[in-house]
Formats: sequence, C-alpha cells, structure tokens
Amino acid sequence: MSHTEVVDSKTAWAGDNNSPFGAGYGKLMMWFFLMSDALSFTGFLAAYGFYRHEYTAIWPTAENVFTHFPFVHGHQPLLYVALMTFILIMSSVTMVLAVEAGQRMDKKQVIVWMFWTIIGGLIFVGSQAWEWYHFIHGTELGAFELGIGTFDVNGTIEQTQGIIGRWADESKEVLLLPWREVAGDLTSPYMQLTGQALTDAMANGQAIHGANLTHNEYGHPLFADFFFFITGFHGTHVFSGVVLNFIIFVNVIMGTYEKRGHYEMVEKVGLYWHFVDLVWVFVFTFFYLV
Amino acid sequence: MQDSNEPYKYAQHHSEEEGKKTRRMIWNMFWVLLAITSIEVGLGIKWKDWDLSWHLVKMTFIVMTIGKAYFIVAYYMHLKHERTALQNTIIIPYAMLALYLMYIVFTEATFTDYLDHFF
Repeated sequence: MSHTEVVDSKTAWAGDNNSPFGAGYGKLMMWFFLMSDALSFTGFLAAYGFYRHEYTAIWPTAENVFTHFPFVHGHQPLLYVALMTFILIMSSVTMVLAVEAGQRMDKKQVIVWMFWTIIGGLIFVGSQAWEWYHFIHGTELGAFELGIGTFDVNGTIEQTQGIIGRWADESKEVLLLPWREVAGDLTSPYMQLTGQALTDAMANGQAIHGANLTHNEYGHPLFADFFFFITGFHGTHVFSGVVLNFIIFVNVIMGTYEKRGHYEMVEKVGLYWHFVDLVWVFVFTFFYLV
Repeated sequence: MQDSNEPYKYAQHHSEEEGKKTRRMIWNMFWVLLAITSIEVGLGIKWKDWDLSWHLVKMTFIVMTIGKAYFIVAYYMHLKHERTALQNTIIIPYAMLALYLMYIVFTEATFTDYLDHFF
C-alpha cells in the first residue's frame, strides 16, 4: 500500500489530518457548539415574540421600564442599555484585535487586548446586575394589580384579573389601565379609572412594587419571566466567557501558546466571545427596542 | 501525514502587512457596528417625535439587527473566509430553524391580521 496513513490518538484529536473543513478539531467543535447555542437563543426569543404578540395591549415597553442611569437622576430611557451594548461591542473589538495579534505571534499585544476584553466583560456583567436590581426593586410609586372582575373596553368585556394599572401621579387618584382607547394605536392615551370605579377595582387587588416571577409592576408578569430568563441566560454566557478569557489570559502570560507555536486557543475563546456579543445584539433589539 | 515538528497546520498565521490590513478591517467594522447601534438607539428614543409608523420602525430595527449579526459573524468570527463546507455546516442547520419559526409566525400566529393592519 502506497498511501498508508497512521492516525494515532494524538493526531486524531488534534485535527492534524487533512480535513474538509480546514479547521482544527477544537475550533470546529466550538463552531458546532455555538450553532446549537444559537438555536436555543432563537427558541427563547421566538417564544418571547409569541407571548409579546399575544398580550400586545398589556405588554410593557422597555423605554418605560429601563429608565435609570447610574449616578444620574431623572428619566433616561434606553441610554444605559445603549452604553452596555457599546461596551460589549467594544470588548468584541479588543477580542478580535487579540486574535489578530496572536496570528502575528505578538505575545505582548495579545496580553493587552485580552486584558481589555476581560475588563469590558466585567463591566457588562456588573451593568446587568445593576439593571436587574432596579427591575426587581421597582419604582417608588409602584403599580396596582387588579383582582377578579370584568371591565368594558369599547364594548368588549375584558377580564381584570392580573391587569396592571399604573398611577397617573403621586396622589394615586387616577389609575391608568393598559388598554389603549383605540385598539392598535400605541400613541393614544391610556384608559383611566377614577372615583368609585377605582375604589371598586381596588377592593380585590393589590399594590405591587418591582418585579419578580409572579408579579410585575410594569405590566404582564411574563415580561419579567422572559427578562429574567433570557438576560439571565445571556449573562451566564458572558460570565463564563469572562472566566474562559481569564484562563486563556493567564496561559498567554505564562507563554503556553508561544511554546505551542500558535495562538489558536485565543481564536477559540474569541469565537465564543463574539457569539456572546452576537446574542446581545438580538436581545437588545427584541427586548429593548421592539 | 503531517510532520510532527510543523506547528499546527490549521492555526492561522499572518505577516505584519497582512496584520495591518486585518486591523484596518476590524476598526472599519467597529465604526459600522457603532453607527448602526447609534441609529437604532436614536430611532428608539425619537421615533414618536418624528411621526414615523411604528411598524416601519420595528422592521427597520429587525433589518439593522440582522445586518449587524452578518458583520459580526462574517468578519469578526471570520466565517466569510472559512471553507464553504464549514460555512454551510453552520448556516444551513441554523437557517432551517429560523425559516421554520418564521413560517410558524406567519401562518399560526395572528401575524396575518397584523399584516392586514399594516398595509
């Protein structure tokens, strides 16, 4: 036999044989993992989309929920999450610069760029924790969850149980119900509840502050469930990404990849890190913008 | 069979000039991503003042997001320059689920009513 190819366990698992993909074993497996992970996130966001569509009328809008900015008072819708998005994109840039430096075997620059990537990741995870805190804590004014009953909305009888009404102002004399007076027009004013109707409605309801898995002062509890689950799952990814980056960072400093002759390991964690950024791009759009 | 002394065959290496080109690409992509994100946030805050249709704004967000995703996967994750076999292995299974979910949304959800409302 003229073409004898010996595949021992070392070459088989290192991917040193010719392969149709032209990529090492580890990198290929990282791609497969990321693809399957993308399927999970797609499922979650699609589920979110279905429920959001089902409860359009009483679904909270993110710009009314996430209005805080650290150390700044007042109404700052979307600004902080925009900054978080910028930080994550920026850390993706530093990551790809680390990969590029690795391809030139420039150890010093790999260290510098990986360091900034880790810092960016930590700021992002911290920001998410901060945002969770504010979401769970809620507003000073709070909201009112209606109990069992019915309500006539333009001739349609709607169940009131679980419906979240928000106070018009501090006096708590006017409750705004989430049904818009003209169906489908998002800019029309909220339906208002005052006087005796308000007293009746409050008889079997309860005041709510903040959000948890069963109650949500900003609107439908499913919004909170999806928020905790999807941003939590993404945050877990960011956190494990930071841990992986840190391990590789230490290896780079110790010269492991210099000795190995290539920095492919940096490329692999880079793929993971870009994926985390990629998922956030979608979470940002579907949770905060749409 | 590979010579065991040769460094990892599929690990990417490049020279100083190629590196310069790659870095320029990285920063160009950064500006593209930043610009798209800024437009998204600006639109999210201002669309009501500008008297735009919400459906139009929503569709703009989704198109821009898919655009950003393309730039990240193609350039930062380098998929554009991988072999076709690898590209297909990643994209086809994903596209199958995405197209299936879109089919469900368009047919099973009340999305058709929504489209009636739109046009």
